[in-house]
Amino acid sequence: MNNGFWRPPLYRRIHLSVAKFSGEYEMQDPKSEDEVVNIVYIDKDGKEIKVRGKVGDNALYLAHRYDIEMEGACEASLACTTCHCYVLDDYFDKLPDPEEKEEDLLDMAPFLKENSRLGCQIKLTKELEGMKLQLPKATRNFYVDGHKPKPH
Amino acid sequence: MLSRKFLTKNLINSCLFSTNTVVKNALRACIVGSGPSGFYSSQYLLKHLPDCRIDLIEKLPVPFGLVRYGVAPDHPEVKNVINTFSKTAENPNFNFYGNISLGKDVSLNELRQLYDVVVLCYGSDVDSPLGIKGEDIKNVISAREFVGWYNGLPHLENFNPDLSGEEAILIGQGNVAIDVARILLTPIDILSKTDITEYALEALSRSKIKKVYLVGRRGPLQAAFTIAELREMLKLPNTDTYWRQTDFEGIPEKIDSLPRPRKRITELMVKSLNEAKQSSNNKKFLPVFFRSPTQFIGNDKVESVEFSINILENESAVATDKSESLQTQLVCRSIGYKSISVDASINFDDKLGRVINKEGRVLKKNSNEVDVGLYVAGWLGTGPSGVILTTMNNAFKISHTIIDDFRNGIIKCDTNKTGIDPRNYPCITWTDWLKIDKEETERGHKVNKPREKIVSIKEMLSIV
Repeated sequence: MNNGFWRPPLYRRIHLSVAKFSGEYEMQDPKSEDEVVNIVYIDKDGKEIKVRGKVGDNALYLAHRYDIEMEGACEASLACTTCHCYVLDDYFDKLPDPEEKEEDLLDMAPFLKENSRLGCQIKLTKELEGMKLQLPKATRNFYVDGHKPKPH
Repeated sequence: MLSRKFLTKNLINSCLFSTNTVVKNALRACIVGSGPSGFYSSQYLLKHLPDCRIDLIEKLPVPFGLVRYGVAPDHPEVKNVINTFSKTAENPNFNFYGNISLGKDVSLNELRQLYDVVVLCYGSDVDSPLGIKGEDIKNVISAREFVGWYNGLPHLENFNPDLSGEEAILIGQGNVAIDVARILLTPIDILSKTDITEYALEALSRSKIKKVYLVGRRGPLQAAFTIAELREMLKLPNTDTYWRQTDFEGIPEKIDSLPRPRKRITELMVKSLNEAKQSSNNKKFLPVFFRSPTQFIGNDKVESVEFSINILENESAVATDKSESLQTQLVCRSIGYKSISVDASINFDDKLGRVINKEGRVLKKNSNEVDVGLYVAGWLGTGPSGVILTTMNNAFKISHTIIDDFRNGIIKCDTNKTGIDPRNYPCITWTDWLKIDKEETERGHKVNKPREKIVSIKEMLSIV
């Protein structure tokens, strides 16, 4: 179906030369209703933002397109946790299991929960229609939960 | 194509023009330091207060602080954040002025007179000494120097660590220590494809180091390294990891009751402990727990390290009267960085090594009163710990506070505050940096590296 437009993950991970194209795919509108996937982001203040995405969109870059504050410092190369989010309800189970590297990074994320994922590892499929992604609350004191920052 | 060019040109013109017009009620901020906290503060301020004008000053000619000089060369993904920072730098309301050093070229008082807001973001770039006997013996080095050396920090190019011995002991188990261990043990053909400096690559190719100890004062359950960093060590080609069985007494039984992150990393350590080693010819990575160095021994060079054997009391390491000695030819201490005060008027706590502040608002000297208009973000205000996410959250939080203070009328715009005049300084602008960047990338590509960093400040300046 739409798979022809999918880029292999490796494409993203070559840094430097390709970096500026990150999120380009997500800037394209759905070509037909068939590929539309509606999802909802819940921002740090609890506000719901409805977004009309499409099959194949990366949840991080889709958030960027709609100015939702999901950072993505390492540009989806699995080297940081700045796109940490919670996948609400049973949508968590609909996602493919995280790879080991994502699990390892989640271990470092403040406010880790059972339904934590990295936004950059979530690709939209038809099955994810209606999914809600919640950003961790704005953190005033982010050490109170027992998370100990490590040196550097 | 043509119309696009035309548009861009028009855009640039209008931006240039707008810099000369005074936008009424536009906040003028000076951010000191161009590492993650400086750039993330700029990003947040420009996003939520689009009219504000930001000058980011940096003591080196080149931007990005620890992203350029701290992040290990074999972790290029972490440096992708440079793309986000560069986007911020392209904002017409943003200026980068490199090669301007606070406390030398310009004083804090001068900046206060030129800007409505000053945000100190110059981080922590001094290493913490252990304060024990023998620390000044040759070949007892700091991780700050070693990291700065392989990453091309100006003035460290001739640091030349002595890698002619077979053993190295790293004191500390945080991510900087892990970086040093990995750089010492990674096969040279892997490093040669990174942006590691040419001279470091050459020195590492002649390195005789075969055994690298990573010594921590507490136990495996308190290990400071993360699971991602540990996994990288365990996967290093031609290196085997040797744990000490005695360090893990009683640990496997505790695994099930641990919270998830601690559980997963402990499982990984125990699994690796029980694994067969691949080859006795391999290099050895040796994590050691429950040891604190008490003195370094050696005549003209370090020969061994004396450690106290510790036990845990309430998660803290307590020294017993027992000790252990390990022989070595190189010691690298990596127990953290420290901030310093670069300008006499900064209200600085020498003991804590940070600027005295409340939620990022700097306090007046010997007073509990806020010094209105002066802020601190990042490690300089929090102390040097945490990863980029921690610094990002802190920078965002403090920028939010600045915007709150502005909207509540606590800080006001003063049209007489015009910012520094770059013509008065031998400063490097963003356009200049792009020239250096281009030169570095081109030099790198010639030798199959993503970048060949220019280390000499003089050479950087000659390019622009």
